[in-house]
Amino acid sequence: MHQEYTVVEGDFVNAGKASSSVKKTLKQLNVDPTKIKRVVVALYEAEVNAIAHAYGGKVLVDIDSDKIKMVVADKGPGIPDIALAMQEGYSTARPEVRDMGFGAGMGLPNMQKNVDKLNVTSEVGVGTTVEMEVNF
Amino acid sequence: MKLREIAKLLNATVCIGENRLDEEVEHAFASDLMSDVLTLKDTPMLITGLCNVQTIRTCDMATLDIIIVVRNKKVTEDMLELAEDNGMVILSCAYSMFKVCGMLYEAGIKPLF
Ligand SMILES: Nc1ncnc2c1ncn2[C@@H]1O[C@H](COP(=O)(O)OP(=O)(O)OP(=O)(O)O)[C@@H](O)[C@H]1O
Ligand SMILES: [Mg+2]
Repeated sequence: MHQEYTVVEGDFVNAGKASSSVKKTLKQLNVDPTKIKRVVVALYEAEVNAIAHAYGGKVLVDIDSDKIKMVVADKGPGIPDIALAMQEGYSTARPEVRDMGFGAGMGLPNMQKNVDKLNVTSEVGVGTTVEMEVNF
Repeated sequence: MKLREIAKLLNATVCIGENRLDEEVEHAFASDLMSDVLTLKDTPMLITGLCNVQTIRTCDMATLDIIIVVRNKKVTEDMLELAEDNGMVILSCAYSMFKVCGMLYEAGIKPLF
């Protein structure tokens, strides 16, 4: 099953739309609730990052019987030092993002904890792609 | 402790979830930081001063479904709608975060860690 969503820069009101839709789908498919939580938490973190740090982008989701693959690809400033960005506590979040309850530098490490496979690629001035997989 | 008793203790308004007030609550977590809420493995009641749609969305993703909003922050229509879709309970009270945590701790609500 393939699903696609668009995320828009700064659109915090709709941050999480893709994740909540994926949550509903996985529930319908009777996926183990602890796995659903891992999937949606990781996807939501990636979605919020695309909205908070980049200029929006696309969420692509592929669900099959044994796993889910998620790709969040944004157009944005990119991440100059991915290893640094992966460190807990590192954040360049703007005040508006902090006002929404984000910007603690916990998102990328939290994605890492929740998924079975994480791959972050980024080009400065172009954008960032986060690929994640969770096995059911 | 029953949600009904919690609401009474805190002098709280039940914004949504009247039908769930007989449910028992054992654990709570207090934070204004949604990044932090997203790291929880368990699903405690959330005590928070952050009151916007993202609070509700974050709870949805983290599968938390009982929220206490402190300091009488305005719970908006958007928030209520999203909370209703997800069968959540939202209580709103005037007390500060510190006071709410103290009162609930004293009443026997446990921390996660
Ligand atoms: N899609 C992205 N585009 C550009 N920079 C990004 C992107 N995602 C992450 N970053 C950079 O990596 C940093 C760390 O990201 P991470 O998600 O771990 O923390 P955060 O978003 O700052 O805070 P939190 O996730 O706790 O709300 C960000 O502050 C930002 O500098
Ligand atoms: Mg983040």
